Amino acid sequence: MTGNALILAALAIPLLGGIGIALCARRANLREAVTLVTSVLLFICVASLLPAVLAGARPQAHLLEPLPGLPVAFEVEPLGMLFALIASGLWIVNSIYSIGYMRGNKEAHQTRFYVCFALALTSAIGIAFAANLITLFLFYEALTLVTYPLVTHHGTAEAKRGGRVYLALLLGTSMLFLLPAIVFTWHVAGTTEFRPGGILPAQLAPATLAVLLALFMFGIGKAALMPFHRWLPAAMVAPTPVSALLHAVAVVKAGVFSVVKILVYVFGLTALDGNTDWLVAVASFTIVAASVVALRADNLKRRLAYSTVSQLSYVVLATALLAPLSVAGAVFHIAAHALGKITLFFAAGSIYTAAHKTEVSQLDGIGRRMPWTMGAFAIGALSMIGLPPAAGFVSKWYMLSGAMAEAHWGAVAVIVGSTLLNAGYFLPIVHRAFFRAPRPEDASHTHGEAPLPIVIALTLTAVGTVALFFAPEVPLALAQRMLVTP
Amino acid sequence: MSLALHLPALQVVIPLVSAPLAVLFRRAGPAFLIVTAASWAAFATAIALWLKTGDGATISYAIGSWQPPWGIEYRVDRLSSFVLLIVSGMAALTLPYSRASIEREIPREQHYLFYAMFALCLTGLLGITITGDAFNIFVFLEISSLSSYVLIALGRDRRALMAAYQYLVMGTIGATFIVIGIGLLYLITGTLNLADMAGRLAQVGGTRPVLAALAFLTVGISLKLALYPLHQWLPNAYTYAPSAVSAFLAATATKVSVYVLIRFYYSVFGESLVFAKLPLPQIMLLLSVAAMFAASAVAIFQHDLKRLFAYSSVAQIGYITLGLSFDSVTGLTASIVHLFNHAVTKGALFLLIGGAVAVVGGATLSRLSGLARVMPLTSFGIVLGGLSLIGVPGTAGFISKWYLVLAALEKGQWWLAMAIVASSLLAVAYVWRFVEVAYFREPRADLATRREAPLALLVPAWILVGATVYFGLETSVSVGSAANAAAMLLGIGK
Repeated sequence: MTGNALILAALAIPLLGGIGIALCARRANLREAVTLVTSVLLFICVASLLPAVLAGARPQAHLLEPLPGLPVAFEVEPLGMLFALIASGLWIVNSIYSIGYMRGNKEAHQTRFYVCFALALTSAIGIAFAANLITLFLFYEALTLVTYPLVTHHGTAEAKRGGRVYLALLLGTSMLFLLPAIVFTWHVAGTTEFRPGGILPAQLAPATLAVLLALFMFGIGKAALMPFHRWLPAAMVAPTPVSALLHAVAVVKAGVFSVVKILVYVFGLTALDGNTDWLVAVASFTIVAASVVALRADNLKRRLAYSTVSQLSYVVLATALLAPLSVAGAVFHIAAHALGKITLFFAAGSIYTAAHKTEVSQLDGIGRRMPWTMGAFAIGALSMIGLPPAAGFVSKWYMLSGAMAEAHWGAVAVIVGSTLLNAGYFLPIVHRAFFRAPRPEDASHTHGEAPLPIVIALTLTAVGTVALFFAPEVPLALAQRMLVTP
Repeated sequence: MSLALHLPALQVVIPLVSAPLAVLFRRAGPAFLIVTAASWAAFATAIALWLKTGDGATISYAIGSWQPPWGIEYRVDRLSSFVLLIVSGMAALTLPYSRASIEREIPREQHYLFYAMFALCLTGLLGITITGDAFNIFVFLEISSLSSYVLIALGRDRRALMAAYQYLVMGTIGATFIVIGIGLLYLITGTLNLADMAGRLAQVGGTRPVLAALAFLTVGISLKLALYPLHQWLPNAYTYAPSAVSAFLAATATKVSVYVLIRFYYSVFGESLVFAKLPLPQIMLLLSVAAMFAASAVAIFQHDLKRLFAYSSVAQIGYITLGLSFDSVTGLTASIVHLFNHAVTKGALFLLIGGAVAVVGGATLSRLSGLARVMPLTSFGIVLGGLSLIGVPGTAGFISKWYLVLAALEKGQWWLAMAIVASSLLAVAYVWRFVEVAYFREPRADLATRREAPLALLVPAWILVGATVYFGLETSVSVGSAANAAAMLLGIGK
């Protein structure tokens, strides 16, 4: 197939899959089969774009033109390729996991759940392949809206509250800041296309540039820069597979992906020189502050959520440093954090399914009953901290090298310091699970490991986290391709 | 002589004739068929006229062959043909819907009167749009107003009478202001033909009587288009009218008034007079922003969905007049395109609510709780319409918002751009009230056995919902017409 057809297929497959899932509502096994087949097809479709992109090609597709000069168009550039690969690849694993989780917990409205998931994937692919800001915005908003039913899945008062925060912050930031930023870009540049080196005219006043940058950075609420991060912990009210794929991978990565993409392709890294100090500061603050909150959170998913807020800002920080090495680290971290964090969420959901535990303080000795789960958790934790042999080490290495090359010692201190904080809130969990004796009230519990699909899924992602450490070539090659200026 | 030459006359005559015919039959069935057929014929005529004016041509038609400026002239250009398209299209969709809808709302022996009044209302709205004669505008305005008072009063709730009466009082005041304005213009220029009037006014310039006429017309028309704070008649009228009437009026009546305002401002007085001699843009801007915020804020606290969306209409009219106040091609394009987009969106919403009212027996939020369980298609349609009100990309509302924000930024007014997007967040708040009620609450016990609305109600509504999404992705008709009309009015290009 040509690049054009593959792009359109990648968008259509999850969409059609969603329809197929809805049609099989009454036959659960068939419905789950449709989900799995769709996710595998999507991954194959996305992966077959990879060789061309690695070779330097940029396949394109043009859908329609809602406004003159502002088409809904797609172009696969290296960064989008990476994001699409991660989202579609992990969707397969997450689908396996979802089946175990949703059945294990006897969740209601499973058809709606799988349909929304499929639609969320269409939106994520749309974001990844967007060739201009208007297309990005279209799918960005769509992603918020189709994930809303997933966040509020349980339909309880708490879910409704979480959903309100989720919508208010994500829609609020994108409408208040991102849309005016896009319109302004169109107004001054006459285009919203992503082009290497940026599209903004060189004579833009520094003050205007600063305002525009702020509008874009805070407008992308999905990147969870403080103070617009609250939606992420609020979204933890969702079932764990949602937290895992969407709020560790697709949605949040759509956020930082958009940040990197806009910095690189709208502003241009060279044009930004000297304008990103405040962004470095905001990202640094977010990294440290979110880690401190995570340190104090007893609820496991909440701790993971704040860890995500912190880890996302690594990507923003590393990009804002503008050094090629650190930007490469940022790109790699999108992949590394995705694999590590989905593993951690999978483990959290596994614990909930098997033992119905949600708090860190309840986890004493659970590693003996659930060795696979907690083993995977340990690997994910290593990746978050940035220790070998986990993928997080590679990204941190690049980020630190970049920060040192720029002689930005503040950033170096933040990265090193937050590593300690990460260790401070992840290692105690691993220690509790394996080295503390079970609490007396747990003696009567008879649970063992979680259902098999869950164990398979979290083992796969844990293996992936380690594998990415030993074989980081593809993401790094894509990062280098992205940074080649034409 | 071929029929095609007489299209402008037929546009008005066909629905006009259908009204007495419907009364002559005195039965619901034939009356329905006649009026519906007339509305479809009017829609077909409007499409033909729209296509004919595609190249920027203006069609002038002398009624009874009395040449303008002595006789009454019908004048179709890009703008009027676009508005004709909206009005007749909405009628063509609402009428088939009304048959099943009024079944539950109006006693059967009054049905033929309903259709007759509907036909007259349509005649009036089309007449206002097509005529090139100032006094004729007033005549058609009265035809449409009087018939809409009757239509509103037909509502099942007794408060509909009060609403109609309130509208009657406010509408009459508005019409009086308009006729005084037209009278002044006639005194000054000695002509009623709009094109002729424009030429003569250019020689007079901004003398005091001209400014007085402008002021009278502005206030009078603003009453009819429900410019904040002259909107008091609107929420009650939309809330208590029969569902089909709410939908038709919400989509067309205020829009035609906006058209009249644009016509007088740009084609009669000329923008230099309107925007230079009086602080009109400033006043308009202030009132528009007040409408966007105050009316949206009031909408958030309504307990009745029809009333909620009625207040939302007041806010959305604020967007339309805001576009006018910019006095730029982009601003005017935004106004005209929002005229269309909002008509489609609000039409869809009121038709859907009508379906819900027919099934669950009311539109109060407490009655609609759990609606998604009972009527999934209706609920989902309302959500999609709501997204368009918010201006989510992929819906018609986004296109309007894009042009409005762009117009504000072109003028360098950052604060206004922020105000536009901030007010759309208020729309999120009131749309989400419905979402939470419909999707998170359990249906009332007595509604558990009810089913989705009948297809006769669902199909016209979903055609409009589809249009809401379609015109968010493919805008050659809406933006194309609006941009051409704006360029024509400002004398740019052709």
